[in-house]
Amino acid sequence: MIPLIYNEWLKMVRKKRIWVITLILLVLIPIFTYAQFRTIQQTVAEMGTSDWRALLQQQIIDQQNRLSSSRLPEEWRDWIKLSIQQQQYYLDHDINPTAPGAPTFVRKFIEESVSLFLPLLVVVLAADIVSSEHTAGTIKSLLTRPVQRWKVLLSKYLALLLSISVLMMITAILSYLISGVIFGYQGWNMPVLTGFQEQNGQLITSFVHLVPQWKYILMAYGLAWFTCVAVGTLSFMVSVLVRGTAASMGVMLAAVISGSLLAQLAPTWSMLKYFAFTHLRLTDYLSGKPILIEGMSLSFSILVLSVWSILAILIAFITFQRRDVLA
Amino acid sequence: MTNPTTLLSVSNLTKKIGKREIVHNLNFNVQPGEVYGFLGPNGAGKTTTIRMLVGLIRPTAGTIQINGYDLQRQFIPAIRQIGCIVENPELYPYLTGMENMRLFARMMKNVSQTKIDEVIRLVELDQRVHDLVKTYSLGMKQRLGIAQALLGDPKLLILDEPTNGLDPAGIRELRTFIRMLATEKGISVFVSSHILNEVQLLCDRVAIIHHGRIVKTGPVSDLIDQHPQVEWTVDEWEQAQTYFKSLPYITTIQKRAHNILRVQMPLEKIAETNAKLLQEQLHVVGIRPYQQTLEDIFLAMTGGQTDDSANL
Ligand SMILES: Nc1ncnc2c1ncn2[C@@H]1O[C@H](COP(=O)(O)OP(=O)(O)OP(=O)(O)O)[C@@H](O)[C@H]1O
Ligand SMILES: [Mg+2]
Repeated sequence: MIPLIYNEWLKMVRKKRIWVITLILLVLIPIFTYAQFRTIQQTVAEMGTSDWRALLQQQIIDQQNRLSSSRLPEEWRDWIKLSIQQQQYYLDHDINPTAPGAPTFVRKFIEESVSLFLPLLVVVLAADIVSSEHTAGTIKSLLTRPVQRWKVLLSKYLALLLSISVLMMITAILSYLISGVIFGYQGWNMPVLTGFQEQNGQLITSFVHLVPQWKYILMAYGLAWFTCVAVGTLSFMVSVLVRGTAASMGVMLAAVISGSLLAQLAPTWSMLKYFAFTHLRLTDYLSGKPILIEGMSLSFSILVLSVWSILAILIAFITFQRRDVLA
Repeated sequence: MTNPTTLLSVSNLTKKIGKREIVHNLNFNVQPGEVYGFLGPNGAGKTTTIRMLVGLIRPTAGTIQINGYDLQRQFIPAIRQIGCIVENPELYPYLTGMENMRLFARMMKNVSQTKIDEVIRLVELDQRVHDLVKTYSLGMKQRLGIAQALLGDPKLLILDEPTNGLDPAGIRELRTFIRMLATEKGISVFVSSHILNEVQLLCDRVAIIHHGRIVKTGPVSDLIDQHPQVEWTVDEWEQAQTYFKSLPYITTIQKRAHNILRVQMPLEKIAETNAKLLQEQLHVVGIRPYQQTLEDIFLAMTGGQTDDSANL
């Protein structure tokens, strides 16, 4: 199996797909970094003062005053306490929360890119992995070897998983290195709030806690990896079903984009929650951003993506195993 | 029915695509060390048959046995006996020749670098093997295609119209190469073609396929015309025709172009006939033994013309 995976990896590298994607990241990350930098400058300008320490001090005092008021519900208290802890940490470690370091950029970048940008790159990687062999006719050279068809397909799938992982790593490394030039490389231990839950449309904060940023980034990348694998698996199936590379890429791009658009356009349409591509923003469950469609939770999203992926794998393997190679 | 030494045995092979029956009930056997021709015009079903032989498509009915292994039920051992090129040599253009070879070698067991070097030397590609395949000419791709087919030490080589796109020198070279494989290495070669002459020059035995059905199988010598024809170009063709009728060894006469007569006659009588025509003051401007084509065979078989010279 290892030699087969190596073959597929070699094709991917020599087709220069990975390099094209690295190049895209190399162009886009500086742009995002600069955009972030502009936003921070704007915020600083609006605050009218560049003395963020004084501002933080004031915020902490305000929050403490609210705590001493007795009419506050219990979970709000915990929430405020956490918030004070977080701000105290900023003060103690001399971190300006509005002008954070590279790790914060890494975190924000993955949170924003998981819904559309990374899935699109994954589609570019995956959409032609089988269809290109049909288009080029090399499928005939592959399937007339003493190797079972399902093994050929499995080696392609595993090579895809490998390249998705490499894509995530390149994204993380490049966004850290590039944004650090402007923001500095500090901030791995900065506390970040997480543990939000939603029930009946209400944000439940009772499980909210602080985690160091590096831990948060690991979790966010894990979830983003899962999203990308799900998108990759679906593209993989389309690549088996559709013979042309252009067609299979088109189908997948349309699906990914409409998934992210539909969730915003028609959040009340509850059927949408069974559609795989409305579940790509897994990191939102970490950061506590409001979820658009009702009745979605992290475990539900993971379940939906898993079911779609398993079906896609089954369809891909059964089709590939049986189909006549005519082209 | 199945001779124990038979290398490839095809019986009752049928393929339907949709409602169309592309090939119908094919039966033939290929013996070790022979070059077997698969002759048929465009669209006869040659490629479809070959795709079934190498496991790319499933037969609707019938069986394929390769060196005793059933291709459907024992795919891996059966396909190990085979090396093939289906239609074009399909290679990865963005890899070098050597990288292509190593890639295919990794899909088989026990193919060493020595073996790779050996087959590359065999097809005389050692000079360019480290260049990208997209810089290769068609002839070089064809050689690399054959090299990859030979990697697994196949007992049977299956080639689909291998001379397509090659120049006459390339075709001659390929022919010599295929004969060498059969005689020196004992490899059987199954080669499809739509050119009768090519099959005559290359093959030991032949199956002729037409509209998806085998219309004839047998040794190639059966194909070679027992009744050779000669085309005479004579200015006074009407007189020549009358004169030909008087000769006992001329059986049929056919007028082709405005001054060409195709007659069936023994080739050794050409000089004698020419001399006689000269005596008759007839101006012979051309004499050419006629190369029979596949169409002639079909025409003869279906009796589509009065021309009965090609009776096989
Ligand atoms: N995928 C397909 N669907 C339907 N019909 C097909 C398909 N592939 C081939 N055919 C038909 O099957 C017949 C045989 O095709 P095939 O390619 O086997 O012929 P061939 O003998 O190889 O011809 P050629 O000398 O042109 O290569 C043709 O009439 C063709 O139209
Ligand atoms: Mg063909």
